[in-house]
Amino acid sequence: MSELAGRPADPAVGTPVAHADAPLHATGAAVYTDDLAARRSDVLTAWPVQSQHAHALVTLDVDGALAVPGVVRVLTADDVPGVNDAGVKDDEPLFPSEAMFHGHALAWVLAETAEAARLGAAAVQVAYEPLPAIVTVAEAIEAGSFQGVPRTIRRGDPERVLGTAPHVFEGVSEVGGQEHFYLETHASLALVDSEGQVFVECSTQHPSETQEIVAHVLGLPSNRVTVQTLRMGGGFGGKEMQPHGFAAIAALGATLTGRPVRLRLNRTQDLTMTGKRHPFHIEWSAGFDDDGRILALATTLTSDGGWSLDLSEPVMGRALCHVDNAYWIPHFVAQGRIAKTNKVSQTAFRGFGGPQGMFVIEDILGRVAPALGIDAATLRRRNFYEPGQTTPYGQTVRHAERLHEIWARVRDESAFDERRALIAAFNAEHPDTKRALAITPVKFGISFTLTAYNQAGALVHVYKDGSVLVNHGGTEMGQGLHTKMLQVAATALGVPLESVRLAPTRTDKVPNTSATAASSGADLNGGAVKHACEQIRDRMAAVAGRLLGVDERDVRFSRGRVSGLGASGPSVTFAELAQAAYDQRVQLWAAGFYRTEGLHWDADRMQGEPFKYFAYGAAATEVEVDGFTGASRIRRVDIVHDVGDSLSPIVDLGQVEGGFVQGAGWLTLEELRWDETDGPGRGRLLTQSASTYKLPSFSEMPEVFNVGFYERATEDGVVYGSKAVGEPPLMLALSVREALREAVAAFGAAGHSVELASPATPEAVFWAIEDARRAAETTGTTDAADGSRRAQPAPAAAAPIDAARTLTPFDR
Amino acid sequence: MDHIDVTVNGRQRPLTGISAHTTALDWLRETGLTGAKEGCAEGECGACAVLLATSDGADGTTWTAVNACLLPAAALDGQEVVTSEGLGSADALHPVQERLAEAGGSQCGYCTPGFACSMAAEFYRADRVPADADGQEHDHDHDHDHGPNGFDLHALSGNLCRCTGYRPIRDAAYALGEPEPADPLAARRGRPAPAARATRLDGDGERFVRPASLHEALRMLRDEPEAVVVAGSTDWGVDLNLRGRRAALTLAVERLPELRSFAVGDDAVEIGAALTIAEVGRRLGGRVPLLAEAFPQFASPLIRNRATIGGNLGTASPIGDTSPALLALDARVVLVSAGGEREVDLAEYFTGYRQTLRRPDELIRAVRIPLPLAPLAAFHKIAKRRFDDISSVAVAFALDLDDAGAVTAARIGLGGVAATPIRARATEDALVGRTWSIETVRDAASVLGGEGTPMSDHRASAEYRAVMLDRALLKLFRSAPREEVPA
Repeated sequence: MSELAGRPADPAVGTPVAHADAPLHATGAAVYTDDLAARRSDVLTAWPVQSQHAHALVTLDVDGALAVPGVVRVLTADDVPGVNDAGVKDDEPLFPSEAMFHGHALAWVLAETAEAARLGAAAVQVAYEPLPAIVTVAEAIEAGSFQGVPRTIRRGDPERVLGTAPHVFEGVSEVGGQEHFYLETHASLALVDSEGQVFVECSTQHPSETQEIVAHVLGLPSNRVTVQTLRMGGGFGGKEMQPHGFAAIAALGATLTGRPVRLRLNRTQDLTMTGKRHPFHIEWSAGFDDDGRILALATTLTSDGGWSLDLSEPVMGRALCHVDNAYWIPHFVAQGRIAKTNKVSQTAFRGFGGPQGMFVIEDILGRVAPALGIDAATLRRRNFYEPGQTTPYGQTVRHAERLHEIWARVRDESAFDERRALIAAFNAEHPDTKRALAITPVKFGISFTLTAYNQAGALVHVYKDGSVLVNHGGTEMGQGLHTKMLQVAATALGVPLESVRLAPTRTDKVPNTSATAASSGADLNGGAVKHACEQIRDRMAAVAGRLLGVDERDVRFSRGRVSGLGASGPSVTFAELAQAAYDQRVQLWAAGFYRTEGLHWDADRMQGEPFKYFAYGAAATEVEVDGFTGASRIRRVDIVHDVGDSLSPIVDLGQVEGGFVQGAGWLTLEELRWDETDGPGRGRLLTQSASTYKLPSFSEMPEVFNVGFYERATEDGVVYGSKAVGEPPLMLALSVREALREAVAAFGAAGHSVELASPATPEAVFWAIEDARRAAETTGTTDAADGSRRAQPAPAAAAPIDAARTLTPFDR
Repeated sequence: MDHIDVTVNGRQRPLTGISAHTTALDWLRETGLTGAKEGCAEGECGACAVLLATSDGADGTTWTAVNACLLPAAALDGQEVVTSEGLGSADALHPVQERLAEAGGSQCGYCTPGFACSMAAEFYRADRVPADADGQEHDHDHDHDHGPNGFDLHALSGNLCRCTGYRPIRDAAYALGEPEPADPLAARRGRPAPAARATRLDGDGERFVRPASLHEALRMLRDEPEAVVVAGSTDWGVDLNLRGRRAALTLAVERLPELRSFAVGDDAVEIGAALTIAEVGRRLGGRVPLLAEAFPQFASPLIRNRATIGGNLGTASPIGDTSPALLALDARVVLVSAGGEREVDLAEYFTGYRQTLRRPDELIRAVRIPLPLAPLAAFHKIAKRRFDDISSVAVAFALDLDDAGAVTAARIGLGGVAATPIRARATEDALVGRTWSIETVRDAASVLGGEGTPMSDHRASAEYRAVMLDRALLKLFRSAPREEVPA
């Protein structure tokens, strides 16, 4: 085992502790960015002037705003001393002359109160010169409106194999986007201190990049700008790239007025201005042998990137790398391209394209299983990677056996076969209500595909009294990173958890940090914190060796005591040793650094080893569907997930459960609707409030929720043998969608291939049930009688949701 | 401006620096109590939840969780409020905070103070009885919505969490014991709630007035008919926050005794317009099964604790959930003005999109539900979520059957399929005089599917809405075939 992965005796990592801030959360004492503004009386509030057109040249007249009592200033492009751009690709003007989406911020009003700022923004006159707007992916494809570099992963000769495979299916799938709906909307508070330092409190997952963009907008070097992140009220990827422009507005306002400026989006603004999970349009052809083994897959993924690139390219890259999910596909081609539309710029969201990629293959398997006459669970298992096989992008699937073991354990612990029999009996007795149980796997690659991001820094101080202060480059958004880092530091220094404090993330403590994203926060920052702690511990061990009369290599740090090997010898407290070390002029603080070893990635060829390892899991989900309405309930979920040796079991459990429910929301409930008409509201987000955009509530919680971790799971080469956990569990929710598909099928006849819109809202499920019923009436049989074993084209529905969504036999 | 004040976390504070449109949430946060958060500003997420001391209907007090984002700060005048900070501190956690923290019930923590307040309200509910203590059989495997401690999970259904997936929050709730005898909030329940107080706030050209009497309210309304009348402010609060609407005069009527009547007579039930949905539900106690079925599906407890029957009918939204139920119950609306009272049939009351027979100088005083009730009644709400959602379609049925199984009377109220809540008259005609059988139901269902003029919007398509009507009657029949319906 590597030194990084090994654990000392009696470690603080692995103990089940609640989130370190839980008492502060529960009492309302935990402070978030905008809470700071509420505590000051001198703060100006910034309010956006939002475009009322999806695409138009704009001219502003701000005089009306300046006449509103309380309005102090209106920020426009003329005010920018540096670069008028909020992105990293030079395609996101902070103050645009061309509105690129409905809701685009064109200018910002600063006022003494939020009320005055709102009224001021309403008083800004905007003259629009409308331009044609592309709102849907289909329109973008039609118009050839794309952005960024298209990418392709290819292995073997899929076209040839699809020409000869015994069973070939093709189809079109679409999956909707998802709003992050972090409970805390975007927020920044900027001020200029007595020394001219620009200080920005920001709810950001990427303080260093926020700092860079604030600096270039202000025309300042980075050393003049400090960004601090206390904690976020949720991020989920939505605060990886999107906070920068808002922070820059606040900072610009603060530098121009000399007053602190707060910018907090209200929910409507956040929904209409910030990016979301990318919707995908997917065309596919898949070939199978008689046993259901996938022979070849050819697919084209088109994501809706919105008006600017943002992170759309790496999101597509990760999507392409996850089309295979857990399955060996010998001949493979996946092409990805990014549509440019007049919508918000879609961005990172937990899973980062991985969910959309996995959606492709799981949708295919779910749709073709009835046509192949093979149970979907059997079909999935039959296609699993075997140890030694490689992904289409050339990486060996290390620990593929974990997938097999996890699958078997979930089937066993969920009593899969017994319950399926009970469900069949239930369904036979209930014409209006159907249940189903489905199981799906997850294999998710861990590491940033942009290799440079796979580094982290930390700064650890030991004070003379033995107390420890940890800074690191990661941010806390609720995922429990700080809790894990406290456990890592306590373990590495051999002190009690209570001796360690974590300081807010600041760019002037640890510079050039990576985004807290890609599930990598604990892997990267944990490596850096451990490195810093071990430098200090080694120096202290030398002092202790002299103090205790033992060789420094035999000094042990445990629970705040320092001793030689064996229990009988003398010992000192950690605090006494710290004082002694100080007296001997030994440095008691250290900077730590970590870089992930062994990664290489050729982005042009889409080949290499982009991932340090894979996280594995499987979920078995039982649903019940009401045949009258299409409404569904999640009755039971059984999950086994691979978190390596958990750093913090309560935290990891929370990530698995929370990720699963968030994924279920994406696939079954959360629906973004845009005005796609040619009317005056074209391009406007219709679901721009909590009352119209529905995230899971208590009624979507699985009634029985069993989560277990894969055991003896040490991940060599990662801090204390752990694995990343933030994103992979979200994709376990594909089992909900597959269970819904099977429940829908139970309303019809065997052999019917169920197409399910995504999200599978009650309405979507209802129409799928109607299709299944109609198909049963048409065939007049309950047995699969499809000799060709080809999927039947879905009969035309009375009220089709999308005529393009039919699965048709491949036409050759 | 008259002196107005409020007790927050046991300390009296002057309500200063507010105007008629200032929300309780914004005011609390400006006083430094930033535990309550704005998550949505429309009463959907519960991140702003706080506790109000309200009457328990007798001489005691109930701790009632409400959305501070919808509540006008001025309406707090004379009230007692407890926030998450008032429940406990990090050094001295309240039992709900302790359970939430140790169970992993918080991740980002932003929603947690609101959850703590909603959970505390249920913790202190006087009639919360542990499952084994009430002498009834409970099947825990099949009652996922109640804990062994009697905790009703629906109490939390107006709080959204984006991080945890809810399981640990549920476990925290189900692990709660009983309040300690020395618990000050538990002890507070034994004393009367703060009395109603007349309030007058004038600032920035906007007035907030809570009149002392119905007489004064009606006089003001006569003189200034453009006044916005609010009770729970759960609808007006959304207009304030999301649509930027402002009113020169906000007239708060929720404490007027004449609007808080409740009487069960021989031929009618009278429900005061200013009673909250939650209060009505408690007082009826299942005496009107159709409402007992509808109310738990009405928004969330945080809303039901403030929203009133009168407000729901006054707003006259086509997707308000009380309207279809009250239409099926053949309810009548009692309107009062300075000139006197009049009573109108609810079926005649709605005249257009958010338009009614109510004149600007009138208040809704009460709703009357005639007795006896129809024996076959049901409320079907079609929405994306089972908890805390707005109807795509709502259907309420009330049918009378004779001994031979023939339908003698039928009233069907519909929401979400027209510009107003409507009666499904053609369907009612298709049912009356026929035997309650699958053939009748199929015929009538096809008529029902054609009632109204449903639209497509972000909640549902017109086609889905229409077919949901059709299926609702079939679903009713399946749940109540002829042999199970008392004549």
